[in-house]
Amino acid sequence: MHDLEPITPLGAAAPRTEIHGPVTLTEVTDRALASVAARLGREKETAALLADLIGEAPPAPARLSGTTLTAFWTGPDQWMIEAPLDSHEDLAEQLVAAAGGAMSVTGQTDAWCRFDLTGDGLPDVFERLCPADTRAFAGGEALRTAIDHMGCFLLCRAAGHLTVLGPRSSAGSLHHALLTAIRSAH
Amino acid sequence: MSQTNRLQGGLIDRGRTLSFRFDDRWMKGHPGDTLASALLANGVRLMGRSFKYHRPRGPLSAGSEEPNAIVELRDGARQEPNTRATTAELHDGLTARSQNRWPSLAFDALSVNDRLSAFFAAGFYYKTFMWPAAFWEKLYEPMIRRAAGLGSLSPKPDPDSYDKGYLHCDVLIIGAGPAGLAAALTAGEAGLSVILADEDPLAGGRLNAESFAMGQQAGHDWAAETAARLAAMPNVRLMTRTTVLGAFDHGIYGALERVSDHLPVPPEGKPRQILWRIYARRAILAAGATERPIVFENNDRPGIMLAGAMRAYANRWAVTPAREIAVFTNNDDGHRTASDLAAKGVSVATVIDTRTDAPGGNGYEVIAGAAVTGTFGRLGLKQIEVTDARGARRRISCGALGVSGGWNPNVSLTCHMRGRPAWDADIHAFVPGGTLPGGMVVAGAAAGMFSTHAALHAGAEAAAAIVADLGKTAPSPDLPEAEDAPVAITPFWHVAGARRAWVDQQNDVTAKDIRLAHQENFTSVEHLKRYTTLGMATDQGKTSNMAGLAIMAEVAGKPIPEVGTTMFRPPYTPTAIGAFAGRSRGTGFRPVRKTPSHVWAEEQGATFVEAGLWLRAQWFARPGETHWRQTVDREVLQTRNSVGICDVTTLGKIDVQGSDAAAFMNMVYCNGFAKLPVGKTRYGLMLREDGIAMDDGTAARFAEHHYVVTTTTANAVPVYRHMEFVRQCLFPDMDVQLISTTESWAQFAVAGPNSRKLLQKIVDTDHDISNAAFPFMACAEVTVCGGLRARLFRISFSGELAFEIAVPTRYGDALIRRMMAAGEEFGVVPYGTEALGVMRIEKGHAAGNELNGTTTALNLGMGRMVSKKKDSIGSTLSEREGLNEDDALRLVGFRPVNARDAVPAGAHLMRRGDAVDAAHDQGYVTSSCYSPALGHHIGIGFLKSGNARMGEILRLASPLTGVDHEVEVVSAHFIDPEGERLRA
Repeated sequence: MHDLEPITPLGAAAPRTEIHGPVTLTEVTDRALASVAARLGREKETAALLADLIGEAPPAPARLSGTTLTAFWTGPDQWMIEAPLDSHEDLAEQLVAAAGGAMSVTGQTDAWCRFDLTGDGLPDVFERLCPADTRAFAGGEALRTAIDHMGCFLLCRAAGHLTVLGPRSSAGSLHHALLTAIRSAH
Repeated sequence: MSQTNRLQGGLIDRGRTLSFRFDDRWMKGHPGDTLASALLANGVRLMGRSFKYHRPRGPLSAGSEEPNAIVELRDGARQEPNTRATTAELHDGLTARSQNRWPSLAFDALSVNDRLSAFFAAGFYYKTFMWPAAFWEKLYEPMIRRAAGLGSLSPKPDPDSYDKGYLHCDVLIIGAGPAGLAAALTAGEAGLSVILADEDPLAGGRLNAESFAMGQQAGHDWAAETAARLAAMPNVRLMTRTTVLGAFDHGIYGALERVSDHLPVPPEGKPRQILWRIYARRAILAAGATERPIVFENNDRPGIMLAGAMRAYANRWAVTPAREIAVFTNNDDGHRTASDLAAKGVSVATVIDTRTDAPGGNGYEVIAGAAVTGTFGRLGLKQIEVTDARGARRRISCGALGVSGGWNPNVSLTCHMRGRPAWDADIHAFVPGGTLPGGMVVAGAAAGMFSTHAALHAGAEAAAAIVADLGKTAPSPDLPEAEDAPVAITPFWHVAGARRAWVDQQNDVTAKDIRLAHQENFTSVEHLKRYTTLGMATDQGKTSNMAGLAIMAEVAGKPIPEVGTTMFRPPYTPTAIGAFAGRSRGTGFRPVRKTPSHVWAEEQGATFVEAGLWLRAQWFARPGETHWRQTVDREVLQTRNSVGICDVTTLGKIDVQGSDAAAFMNMVYCNGFAKLPVGKTRYGLMLREDGIAMDDGTAARFAEHHYVVTTTTANAVPVYRHMEFVRQCLFPDMDVQLISTTESWAQFAVAGPNSRKLLQKIVDTDHDISNAAFPFMACAEVTVCGGLRARLFRISFSGELAFEIAVPTRYGDALIRRMMAAGEEFGVVPYGTEALGVMRIEKGHAAGNELNGTTTALNLGMGRMVSKKKDSIGSTLSEREGLNEDDALRLVGFRPVNARDAVPAGAHLMRRGDAVDAAHDQGYVTSSCYSPALGHHIGIGFLKSGNARMGEILRLASPLTGVDHEVEVVSAHFIDPEGERLRA
């Protein structure tokens, strides 16, 4: 086992949590990510693989599905897979082994920072951040959007639980934008 | 004696008293007052001085259309000029200063301009201040600059924050008067998502200014109750203090919400204002109408205001501008002011009605078929002169005159997408016409329906139509009975024979100016506007454009609709620039990207430089080093002598997979990649379609169907975008998938003769990285530090024996620390972008400076790299004659003849003895540095036929910066030209 210590996207030993009013902002660092894209002619096989993996049909555009392992749509025949880091540190390798060459797999765990917002009044926060109609979200929405000029994924896990995935190198800027909007709205 | 002009009633809270200051006087008012209403209550009518002539002025209106009563609101950094006193909400401690006067409002020295008005007529700057010519720069221009401008700004940065936001709704209702409220009830009760916006702090529109009843209630009570009912509906968002600024494409509206302007200071963490972008499936413009005055002699004295404004002050704010008033009107509506003010105990001297068939007055005199032909009172109205139908003149004492020339529907937003309004001859006003912005309908006074009854029903009907269109059913809301008076107006725009009659009061444009514009042939309405500046002030001509058009129509002998209106553009009212900036200011202007070693680099005291959005360590100064050259020279020498480490994470990395990955690589790169063995890296050059070099980098092959492409830092996004375009649009039948991995891997260059020895302490021993097992340009997936997955590349940008090592980004910090510890025995140094640049210039590597968008592979000395055995992007057009001339530019190096000279980038090369001009230009320097290895400055750049001119002495010239000395042409590869160090 190697003895190197990881740091969080915000550059610390442990992830951060902030509470302001009804909203809790949590830095999430215990999830693995991998991108899968079907090879030409093997789209059905890929969809079946995904269904096996997450326990339900692969999500349609702008949707998120699954429970322990989740997937969200990122392009035609392309999805991002999320899994617990503890059991899936080598998520990309696991997926390659299962794929049988049907899909291209690339690790993305370290490409993204993740901030979860939970609590009441989340649409009041997000209406100051991006054009997504978060007031209409019911759970299962997965959109590409821009927050303060950063390309992000916005995932609605459930009413009152939103995930923002942003570029890891801009974690500080993204965290600042989210916190400022929370303090502005509440 | 304070508040001498207060009346009974009103919508103010007399239970609380507020203190405020105007110029040097503290006064009292109440919550619900505006600054203007509170000043009038205290007997203050004089609130400003006009722009050109410094004439004493008071409020013309009671709303956002105000041209005169503009003040500097607040002190210190929050000071805001040109704020309308008529809309500034009073709070305790409010401070304001009048503008455009010196030394004081009552005694303004520059009112001398008023006596020189002949010199300041329309277009004066084309006709005056021309002689003597020498006086312009030293005297006239500075004088005019000092006199120009309205109000002053604080030089301090704005301490407030502004948010920007996005809202979505089924229907946006613009205006919360009777039409808007009725529409909102209808749409809200049908279950649509509704946004109801009004610029006023109270919903109700004119209902708060008139003495109308709505059924059994006072109009303002019905409005307040209805607003409360709407605010309680979860699907209705009532936004007061929110101006809808403009209509944009695709049903998008801009709106400015004044969150904290009515408070002394915004609460902690809260914005002052929010600029909203509203995505509305439909919109109902219920923005009401604005009254217009009549133009007559000296019609601009403090105390002369719109009749509707005068009764708004009385009804809503319980204030009269004077204890004795008169009214001048061409329509029935003006009479309401007389009856409302009389009902509150104000003395109504007379109503002057231009119509010979004017209705009689109820308790006050009406002079029919007459006009106001003069006014008196320097700092405020004292008397008016009335001329009746027979020509008889009379003077009447009054301190205020309410003027009504009719009403203009607020059509502005219907024209923001280049629409033009239509003329309605029944009401003698412009109404919405032509093509409206998509999804917008108009209801109420904004559509020319002036009665309250008509407004209520039009609003409800417009909403019902939208409800049906969106597939729902609308209940018929309970609408109260309301007044339904017909419009009774006879057009009368200006009193003939006036010498100084004001049309645009903010820009001091007179009726005479308009006739002058016509005389000088500026007759088109757009020329009229710009030549006279009519409608160009902060009020955008809301109370003046109509009279201006009417006078021009008369002089030109055309009907008004033929003169037409000028273009309407957003924003509807002046908007702080801070609101458009939102949070994007100062350090928040754009996101910052930090490398994986950033925290560690900060600990080392690195100096950082911006590389696009990235912060990169530029150099790492050691204690005792006082100049960056000392630091950079040391980093270069130590790396070349032993070993150095540099964070190169910022270079783009793109994962390329798929069964056609090799064919795809062959297409995007001009040189061959399909036959690159697995486990090898190759330098690649990408061309644009037109054959010009676009980007370069190394690409590694990790498996038959897996490549990793690198790009320069600056081109990471453009190259990725380009590759996706090629994949999706040019070759959709290729089986290839792409994704960016720039962020996923922390990558470090480890360079120098001891780099392998250092890495052998990091890379796990089951991976042999000896020269035999891992030669130059090899690549492999390895593990480090006891099993962490990593990638190792043997590539060199510095010209030394070098590697790049990559680990998952979250371990980048740990890795740099471990490598620095492992390298201590070799005297390892971290090096930054400066040293990186010096070493690659010494080595003669092309970078962004050389790939400048005009250079080809041939220019770069890589002509033979463009493979003719396969097609690739740019290959064909790179063969154009013009790009392959015999004397084409070639990349070479330059050494100064005199060792102390520099070789600055941007300097050009001439033959010795030739003139320094474009005709003799031989080439230019692209990159330069001081070379610590060689002990003098060097440069690389492009020279015509450079490869054949080694040893030639040329003249290096930069006329703009005074460079003129000699250089020798040498190979661009100053260090290790045979590449022995690379292959060690």
